[in-house]
Amino acid sequence: MAEMIPPKKRMQREQVPMPEQEPKERICNFKEVPLGYTQEQAIYEAQRCLQCKNHPCVSGCPAEINIPKFIAKIVEENFAEAYLEILKTDSLLAMTGRVCPQEEQCQQVCVLEKQGKPIAIGRLERFVADWARENNVHGKLPKMSKREQKVAIVGSGPAGLTCAADLAKLDYEVTILEALHQPGGVLVYGIPEFRLPKSIVEYEIKEIKKLGVKVVTNFVVGTTKSVDQLTQEFDAIFLANGAGAPRFMNIPGENLNDVYSANEFLTRSNLMKAYRFPEYDTPIKIGKRAATIGAGNVAMDSARTALRLGAEKSYIVYRRSRKEVPARAEEIHHAEEEGIIFHFLTLPIKVLGDDKGNVIGMECLKMALGEPDDSGRRRPIPIPGSHFIIEIDMVIDAIGTLANPIVARSATGVEINQWGYFMIDDNTKATTKEGIFAGGDIVRGSATVISAVGDGKAAARAMHEFLSSGKSLRNK
Amino acid sequence: MYKVMSKEKLNETIYSMWIEAPEAAQSVQPGQFIILMIKEKGERIPLTVADFDRERGLIRVVFQIVGKTSEELSTLEEGDRLFSFIGPLGKKTEIGNYGKIITVGGGTGIACIHPIARALKEAGSEVISIIGARNKALIIMEEELIKASSELIVTTDDGSYGRRGFVTQVLKEFLDRDKAIKKVWAIGPAMMMKVTCETTKPYPVETIVSLNSIMVDGTGMCGSCRVTIGKETKLACTDGPEFDGQLVDWVEFINRLSRYKDAEKESWDFYHEHTHVCSCERGIN
Repeated sequence: MAEMIPPKKRMQREQVPMPEQEPKERICNFKEVPLGYTQEQAIYEAQRCLQCKNHPCVSGCPAEINIPKFIAKIVEENFAEAYLEILKTDSLLAMTGRVCPQEEQCQQVCVLEKQGKPIAIGRLERFVADWARENNVHGKLPKMSKREQKVAIVGSGPAGLTCAADLAKLDYEVTILEALHQPGGVLVYGIPEFRLPKSIVEYEIKEIKKLGVKVVTNFVVGTTKSVDQLTQEFDAIFLANGAGAPRFMNIPGENLNDVYSANEFLTRSNLMKAYRFPEYDTPIKIGKRAATIGAGNVAMDSARTALRLGAEKSYIVYRRSRKEVPARAEEIHHAEEEGIIFHFLTLPIKVLGDDKGNVIGMECLKMALGEPDDSGRRRPIPIPGSHFIIEIDMVIDAIGTLANPIVARSATGVEINQWGYFMIDDNTKATTKEGIFAGGDIVRGSATVISAVGDGKAAARAMHEFLSSGKSLRNK
Repeated sequence: MYKVMSKEKLNETIYSMWIEAPEAAQSVQPGQFIILMIKEKGERIPLTVADFDRERGLIRVVFQIVGKTSEELSTLEEGDRLFSFIGPLGKKTEIGNYGKIITVGGGTGIACIHPIARALKEAGSEVISIIGARNKALIIMEEELIKASSELIVTTDDGSYGRRGFVTQVLKEFLDRDKAIKKVWAIGPAMMMKVTCETTKPYPVETIVSLNSIMVDGTGMCGSCRVTIGKETKLACTDGPEFDGQLVDWVEFINRLSRYKDAEKESWDFYHEHTHVCSCERGIN
């Protein structure tokens, strides 16, 4: 067991930096960039935790993890118990440990944040998850005898998987219906291997299946069966099908051959493994100079993927300034280290092509920042006469997503708002049809993995309440 | 699941397969398509449904060898299983009694036309079907189309069977002769659909085409299949595959079909290097 150190000494210690693959090396491969803490590093970092009584970090965690408790177990070198502690509330810990924006959640409210060195909670969570996987430590399995009530979960992304795991732990018979051939949703088609290795996604889904969750792939709710049909077969339904439709800028030239939505570009590379073409059959086209429009996490993922696939120059084109970039600080930092070139205050207005449909450039306007808009960020305003052309030969639109309508179209009585997202009760995630719940991006628009996890948990709780009071969709 | 229940070679390059897919077979409607993967490392390819048998839980697909995946698919035998089979996808054809209508099929488009013509006829429409190919050997599913239509006209470019000439010539004759015709369905290669739309343009008929864009997920997620219809961008997978042919931006559509031409060649070469199958044995010319 590692030594407990006095609070004063804890405050003096600096945060343990994350070991990473060198930028020069990593832009030539798809291996994970952060390498993970060693056991010694994890203990040293965990010892810094003040174990404060009011533990603000816990209230900052949508997955409701008892953070001080698992950190204390790391200090005790009892990594298996640390794992079981996190697993109580978060079934996707190896993933949330990697892709959560901890700096805006648990770490933002950490007492040590005031000194600019919050506990690296995400890195510790990742360490614990990886240790358990490597050392074959598993969670307890629920009772084999299941309740009679059946639950359908539409979509196997972070919201669906979390809801499924929580309900399976409560002994419900849970079936996940996934449209693609592989479960995981955005975790497999969206987030690249170098940020979230697919073997880890597969592992955590396997653990959830062990709880008794049935995963049916190749099942498109909306066309294979409608939600209305599912209400005849299941007692409660959770709709977590993701935002799942690409958004384009609607500028001329956007349907030229080498213009991708980030969804298409990343799906080809991540889900279909186009980065291993022709061993895998799905192709992807890479230009010499790729422009990614937008500056969120998906944009960083796209620009960094283009670089790894062989683009000589990979640009991020963003209409606001550096200060407004919505991506995680860590992603921007990684992108810059890898040589991604940022064009800030730049608005694309036309993609230029030749007569074969190939992209040859992009016409842009320079922007200036005006007064703050509804989002509180300063509104970008075009500077008259500032037209210029960026020479590029491919474009990736990473400006967000829209609501995919196919699930909603098949769900009578489940109301959507003007943007096509399901309308829900914030606390219970209940839709306008009793017994049907919804969460994740099909409610929020493009948000984060962890907010989807939070929705999955809240919905599971409300569905348990609904079902344990004897209600069912099938009685209707 | 997804077992190949039967396989038939319709001509040198076109194959027909009945696939076991009970859930998709229950809900599929004319005009819809499916996406399949042969194996885990395979690509997802969309194929329009040629027929279905709800009782036995089967869906029939008809495909032509045009590249690596379609060639590999043709090597599967009865009893083999596909890695994945997803569907039905896309919107169904709006079936109804429209009086006298024409369906035009070219190449594997003949197979796509089949369930549509049959359903239209069952709904009371008088269905004139015109199918065409380069020569007699390339005409497929004639028997089925005879049953599915009120009248069938076959054309071949070389005159080796049926009427000599193109489907569009016969179509034009019908439109000149019979002003009661208000709807035409045309499914086939992009160029054939484009030319059909040019033929019907002067007439007061609606021309419906089915767009076989390049797709990945086929559920509206990726946008690979986007097409310009009128001034709007639409997704062939979820807004289509059927659209008003007069509104399609054909130049853009045909350009986008060639997006992976180089990669398709590379994939084909890679496959042949690794399978040691002589292309001449497989009837590729």
